[in-house]
Amino acid sequence: MPSVKEILMSMEYGPAPESAAEVQKWLAARGAFGHFIGGSFAAPGETFATANPATGEELAQVTQGTEADIAAAVAAARKAQPGWAALAGHERAKWLYAIARHVQKRERFLAVLETLDNGKPIREARDIDIPLVARHFYHHAGWAELLAEEFPGAEAHGVCGQIIPWNFPLLMLAWKIAPALAAGNTVVLKPAEYTPLTALAFAEICAEIGLPPGVVNIVTGDGETGAALVASEVDKIAFTGSTEVGRAIRKATAGTGKSLTLELGGKSPFIVCADADLDAAVEGVVDSIWFNQGQVCCAGSRILVAEAVEEAFTRRLTARLAKLRVGDPLDKSVDVGALVHPVQLARVQEMVAAGTAAGARLVQADCALPGEGCFYAPGFLTGVPPANPVADAEIFGPVATLTSFRTPDEAVELANATRYGLAASVWTENVGLAMDLAAKVKAGVVWVNSANIFDAGAAFGGMRESGFGREGGRAGLRDYLRSPEVEEALEAEARFDTSPVAEAVGQGGGIDRTAKMYFGGKQARPDSGQSYAVTHEGRVLGLAGLGSRKDIRNAVEAAAKAGGWGRATAHNRAQVLYYLGENLSARAGEFAARLVEGGHSADAAALEVDMSIRRAFYYAAQADKFDGAVTATKTAHVTLQMPEPFGIMGIICPDAAPLLGFVSLVLPAIAMGNRVVAVPAASRPLSATDLSQVLDCSDVPDGVVNIVTGPKDELAAVLARHDEVAALWYVGAAEGRRSVEAESTGNLKPVWALANRDWTGPQGQGRGFLQRATQVKTIWVPYGE
Amino acid sequence: MTDTGRNPGTPLAPDWFDTVAVNTPAAERRAASLTARRTVKKEWQAAWLVNAIRCIDLTTLAGDDTPARVQRLCAKARQPLAPHILQGLGLEALTTGAVCVYPTMVAPAVKALEGSGIPVASVATGFPAGLMPLPLRLAEIRYAVDQGAAEIDIVISRAHVLSGDWQALYDETAAMREACGDAHMKAILATGELKTLRNVYKASMVAMQAGADFIKTSTGKEPVNATLPVSLVMVRALRDYGARTGARVGFKPAGGMRTAKDAIAWQVLMKEEMGNDWLQPDLFRLGASSMLADIERQLDHHVTGRYAASHRHALA
Repeated sequence: MPSVKEILMSMEYGPAPESAAEVQKWLAARGAFGHFIGGSFAAPGETFATANPATGEELAQVTQGTEADIAAAVAAARKAQPGWAALAGHERAKWLYAIARHVQKRERFLAVLETLDNGKPIREARDIDIPLVARHFYHHAGWAELLAEEFPGAEAHGVCGQIIPWNFPLLMLAWKIAPALAAGNTVVLKPAEYTPLTALAFAEICAEIGLPPGVVNIVTGDGETGAALVASEVDKIAFTGSTEVGRAIRKATAGTGKSLTLELGGKSPFIVCADADLDAAVEGVVDSIWFNQGQVCCAGSRILVAEAVEEAFTRRLTARLAKLRVGDPLDKSVDVGALVHPVQLARVQEMVAAGTAAGARLVQADCALPGEGCFYAPGFLTGVPPANPVADAEIFGPVATLTSFRTPDEAVELANATRYGLAASVWTENVGLAMDLAAKVKAGVVWVNSANIFDAGAAFGGMRESGFGREGGRAGLRDYLRSPEVEEALEAEARFDTSPVAEAVGQGGGIDRTAKMYFGGKQARPDSGQSYAVTHEGRVLGLAGLGSRKDIRNAVEAAAKAGGWGRATAHNRAQVLYYLGENLSARAGEFAARLVEGGHSADAAALEVDMSIRRAFYYAAQADKFDGAVTATKTAHVTLQMPEPFGIMGIICPDAAPLLGFVSLVLPAIAMGNRVVAVPAASRPLSATDLSQVLDCSDVPDGVVNIVTGPKDELAAVLARHDEVAALWYVGAAEGRRSVEAESTGNLKPVWALANRDWTGPQGQGRGFLQRATQVKTIWVPYGE
Repeated sequence: MTDTGRNPGTPLAPDWFDTVAVNTPAAERRAASLTARRTVKKEWQAAWLVNAIRCIDLTTLAGDDTPARVQRLCAKARQPLAPHILQGLGLEALTTGAVCVYPTMVAPAVKALEGSGIPVASVATGFPAGLMPLPLRLAEIRYAVDQGAAEIDIVISRAHVLSGDWQALYDETAAMREACGDAHMKAILATGELKTLRNVYKASMVAMQAGADFIKTSTGKEPVNATLPVSLVMVRALRDYGARTGARVGFKPAGGMRTAKDAIAWQVLMKEEMGNDWLQPDLFRLGASSMLADIERQLDHHVTGRYAASHRHALA
């Protein structure tokens, strides 16, 4: 150890290691770990090693979960679930409170264990991960307490299968388990293969507080164990991890009726405007891409900086980079620790090499790295045009890309030129510009003049291929609840015939009526040049266009041009919907007659038309009342949670209620600002095509509602595969539901596959439809002078 | 004070600061994370505390100051640590950076410090409010210099900042610098009364353009004195000034810092934002009176392993 006199010359920080002795003692005492099932640890099975990535040393052996292990855990959870859900909210709150308390009592232990297993700096584990874990359980103790009052009628899904990543092992566990338990679910959680230890320590905490057996089950293992969990008899899957695995899970769960939420990758823009506090923005980069070794799904990994300040910003960023301390994660003065695993290190090295090979320049911290362990010097890449492979690929390491922009418009264009939509960070001292960018960026979370701020009360989750579903706050809890089962109504018989008919069609002596499709505010002939007969009891009622994939393409193009609808005022949308109701009312007789012609009784037809008019009024009323929230998170932060439209939605309507089914689905979607490509009842599309005239005269802007008639499931599949379509609703039979879910993996659009129902009943409308038509964007605005 | 070349100042250049952006929540976050990101332990902690002593302007600025009180302070400045602590640390000699007093106390201080090499700093210009006629304030500077003060801690006119009259602030401060002559000038911004961090940045820049050798946060008499966010902004201002002119300006937080922990925190700020040069007394001072006692207790513990009692240490 150098003398005080020597240190006075160097003024170095010196080593400041956190002790790992207690944790090492625990690991030695525990030996190999089995799974935690039904309230106790099972004997270890076939095991694998988990290692400290900073040293390569093995920390423990954990069990590779088998299908049988998963089945046992699910059975334990299933057994426990009814009792857990039946507890009063206050009782569940007490359990969650006890967990929060015990996490705090073990905070040092958990922080050190996390650092050993993951490689993250102890400062982050101690100051960020573990406090957020405790906060999450406290917050959800509150939801358990208030559940009956805040979510009347809602039910738990049952057993939730949860699969979490290795970047924030215990925090992701908390994000999964706390809301699930608060809502009355029981869980089987699989921690990441690289970082299972804090989950096992958490299992001990569950045992320590005496949590009822089976409420929390932890099964360790690799991707195969995860796949077994996805395939098991659970009611919901919640996954955080890579977009690639998310896609596989979407496919695997298609048609199973399992509820699904996905929190996936990102390449989040970090926009530095010319008037930003550049030092603040530089520090924001430190908190983004140089946080947790850049292994952060929401990291601001794509720096976009105004040309006017690019040079000054880059100079300051380079100077700041030189101050980062890389090394032993247990050292309290280390900023950047070890990447989680040699595989991850190799991947980062490879991706950065690909970026530089394509012409990018790497600015990297000139620091000495420890001789062994998964260390990588942090840095950033300049000269990264969008065509460079690293411009859109997630590096998932401590390396950002830096690209300049000329105007705020261009910043938005660059920011949104990505398949992802998880987070964004916006730096400007101009509040008008800040909110404008926050509104225009496609991201589930936007941080204004800040980065990577989290709170249990604020929804977190992605748009586009960053996944769907939210974690945290009211929106997050909602994803662990469901409405009571809907009584499935029988579908109308598919009387769908596309071949030409050799009998008289339509008006019998009147002027021939042609039911065309409807795109961009214009009546359109089918691209196929074919029509099909709409019949009732052998009688041909008319011909409808035989839609094909090209008609879907044209309809989506028309919808894409109607982007102004989402920016219209809610009042404006309400006015249009009221007017629609008015005009429908004026032609009520005609619409009723159309229904009668197709087999409705006069009373049923009158009811359906009347309900359709009411629905227009209901969603007109909701248009300016389905609001977001300002959430109490941190001092001096406004945290906005705003419902945003998806953009273009595909809607496949039920056969049973040709008019009301269409109206019940299309109106909530457009009330929230979406544009819709709708496939009306295939067997009776004429009510919908008639409605296009009402849309025309009700000031519905061109392209907001587009109608493609034709073979339902074929058209649904095209919509499901269309990457411009951001969300899909499908009403129909089980096989169709499976198909659209399976086909949606391209852009991972959320699919709401719902059973046909009595559309005149209470389940035919409500806020649930509006929730499904929107995605929450959380905007963080710290303030202070 | 070892002379690293004084700041010659520049003509007033408002475009260096007119449109400065300082985001307060971000500055507060950075200030909070600075001290969470760095720590010093064992020998390093001891060394950093010793370094803090080297940078302390040991201060008494009270209405009841007397020559005898000042002599006692100077004795402490000469020997800030009890001999057994100094010895335990393996050090031969240690003094504080300076002693800081009112102008009428300069003469007794100079006498008491004779031969020690410790400079005497004097506050001046109608300290702490600065609301005296300018000629009197300039005369006060000359008086203090005449009495033997090697450093003058002037106070700026807050009114000029609050009204945005940069020319007036510049002219006044430049006149003070001229009155200081060879004595180094520390410009006290009284940041607790400037309120916004943008004002702090702008006032810092004007003071440096007018030739301040040091910029200093506070008189110790404002409702809020040295804070880390304010210090961060001032340090960034002197960094920016240095980048434009090549001049190296010192920084002195003052008031409100009482603990050894504070001493470490401000040194971390200097090292992280500026580098090791700003850990030396020619570019960094801590304006404090009670901080030394806490540092001495900590170092006593480091040397002996026993927790110390303040009544066993020499009073300042």
